[in-house]
Amino acid sequence: MATETPVIVDGHAGETVAQEIEAGMPQLDFSTFPNQIFWLLIALFAIYFILTRIGLPRVGGVLAERQGTITNHIAAAEELKLRAQHAEKAYDKALADARIEAGKIVAAAKADIQGDLDQAIAKADEEIAAKSAESEASINEIRKGAVAAIEEVAKETAGALVGALGGTSDQAAIDAAVQARLKG
Amino acid sequence: MAGENGAEGGSGLSIHPMDQFIVKPLFGDGPVGMFTVTNVTLWLALAVGCVALLMVIATRGRNIVPSRGQSVAELAYGFIYKMVEDVSGRDGLKYFPYIMTLFLFIVFANFLGLIPMSFTTTSHIAVTAVLALAVFLTVMVLGFVKNGAAFLGLFWVSSAPLALRPVLAIIELISFFVRPVSHSIRLAGNIMAGHAVLKVFAGFAAVTAVAPLAIIGMVGVYALEVLVAFIQAYVFTILTCVYLKDALHPGH
Repeated sequence: MATETPVIVDGHAGETVAQEIEAGMPQLDFSTFPNQIFWLLIALFAIYFILTRIGLPRVGGVLAERQGTITNHIAAAEELKLRAQHAEKAYDKALADARIEAGKIVAAAKADIQGDLDQAIAKADEEIAAKSAESEASINEIRKGAVAAIEEVAKETAGALVGALGGTSDQAAIDAAVQARLKG
Repeated sequence: MAGENGAEGGSGLSIHPMDQFIVKPLFGDGPVGMFTVTNVTLWLALAVGCVALLMVIATRGRNIVPSRGQSVAELAYGFIYKMVEDVSGRDGLKYFPYIMTLFLFIVFANFLGLIPMSFTTTSHIAVTAVLALAVFLTVMVLGFVKNGAAFLGLFWVSSAPLALRPVLAIIELISFFVRPVSHSIRLAGNIMAGHAVLKVFAGFAAVTAVAPLAIIGMVGVYALEVLVAFIQAYVFTILTCVYLKDALHPGH
């Protein structure tokens, strides 16, 4: 492997062995090892320093903070949910109460209306009764008047008839006769 | 890194799949000393920059409802945190920053390496060996500090028949010490192989006759490499968690 690929490496042509190896596999050129190791250690310490001083605490802090925030939010959400449930219960209760109240009001209103109605009916009945009694009285009066008028007319007619037939009109006899007839 | 030097004309095809891994100074071309600023330095710095971008810049809002960048950072955090918790147990969470460091470094190094012309730091055994050895030594030290001699119970399988235990102990011992090797070579090998294959395809793309095939192959391998970039980071991290569990709770 070492001699297959001739490589021009500038500078140190004197170090033949190292040169040969480098030509094949630069990884095995031990002359560069101190250099690589030196810089590697510096790089590793630099990374370690950066990570422990700044990087890791920061990221760890952010992650913890986020976890805390999430936990808090979940707790808050839980609480809100509970509150919502309470509110729902209160709402349901209020609704039920309102319904019962409404039922009461309706019943009261119904009773009221019924009372009014009954009263109105009673009053109307009374009025009707009064009116009909009045009418009856007036009918009776009219009837009485009519009967009296009929009697009068009958008596007069009977008197006139008797007179026209040439008889003497005995008022008393006529009255008695008319009265007898009217009763019959 | 694909495509910068395919065929160089003249005497036919010349593909240099390994050139992309060469460590070279960023300024000038002297020898590579320990403190030389090289392309390794640049790409490691970019990886650090990406980590900072993701974990610091993207999260600066600290939003409860995250922005896009912040949610990616949170995703990475949650992913590794859960992995450590699930695999290593709750007392493993103390080591979460270390594991997060490893994961973020590997993942960004792997993905930065997928940028054409880039240098892939995790393709170098020197880099992955340091990572794996760090894990290995941490596990060993932690195991003995936390459990004392009881840590050796890791090698003494008490649930097996007595006659088998010495044999198993040897096997366990070998497997324990092979861990850093497999741990590091798995990562470097996967990344290196993938990138070398990409480069080979890129080289063939310069030949007109096979260019369409090579390009289709490159697209396919690149897609695979994207997957590998993440999976290898994931595997490295989860194995670290497994080893850490051994250190914290030895015994089977």
